[in-house]
Amino acid sequence: MSVDPTYYLALAGLMFTIGIVGALVRRNAIVIFMFIELMLNAVNLTFVTFARMNGALDGQVLVFFVLVVAAAEVVVGLGIIISIFRRRASANVDEVNLLKW
Amino acid sequence: MNIEWVVFGVTFILALGSSLAMIFARNAVHVALFLVVTQVALAVTFLLQGAFFIAAIQILVYAGAIMVLFLFVIMLMGVDKREALIEPLPLQRLLAVGLGALLSVEILYIAWKGLDIIGGDGDRAITALNEDPGNVIAVARVLFSRYLLPFEVTSILLVVAVVGVMVLTRRIATISTPVAPPQPASESKEELMA
Repeated sequence: MSVDPTYYLALAGLMFTIGIVGALVRRNAIVIFMFIELMLNAVNLTFVTFARMNGALDGQVLVFFVLVVAAAEVVVGLGIIISIFRRRASANVDEVNLLKW
Repeated sequence: MNIEWVVFGVTFILALGSSLAMIFARNAVHVALFLVVTQVALAVTFLLQGAFFIAAIQILVYAGAIMVLFLFVIMLMGVDKREALIEPLPLQRLLAVGLGALLSVEILYIAWKGLDIIGGDGDRAITALNEDPGNVIAVARVLFSRYLLPFEVTSILLVVAVVGVMVLTRRIATISTPVAPPQPASESKEELMA
């Protein structure tokens, strides 16, 4: 393990930023959801890197929990997207404005 | 030149390139496939840092189960729905890219400075743990002792998610919700050709 942890943290930070920009720029609800998954993945990388920096396995266990929460979140989120799509025949987030003031 | 640097460099370029390609890909299926490439590249970085169990789980759960679910929903909703190119909020894309660049500069600065504060010599401890009881056993010892209560709570979370999504997407037979007709195939083919 000779590559500095800094480079892994930099990779995770860049991927997190790409995830944020993508979630802000895209319009399709599923695509936005995939960018949220990208952000979760980037955070997982920081957890593993910090586990390595600290020499303890707690970070790796936390990644396990993030994976479980992400799986539950994907199931519920895709269910919501499907029920929106049934009603509106569209996954465009700009058209879902029923609660907009 | 250390072999680890070569592997890390390739993984770095692959992960960043495919996550950038996610932004520019028009088709939702292409976005999903680029996300799979990113996740496999991340699994390689986990392997490089000695997190063998997490790397395997990453490929099994993320690149396997979750992405198959994504692709299933994309196919269910019709593949080639073009995103609206009309921007309802002026300047939103420009602002998103600008603020994202600012955020990445901040994160990179912290990543470079933070190493001096946290320190980074846990390598030997992780390597020793991976050699003596093995990575899976070491992770399991932490997971089932210190994190036993959170582990049990996640099982409740999964049950709630499963029941919730079944309630959410259940079709009630008495109310006839009009299901939208799928896009005619000929039109979408023409769009693909164009």
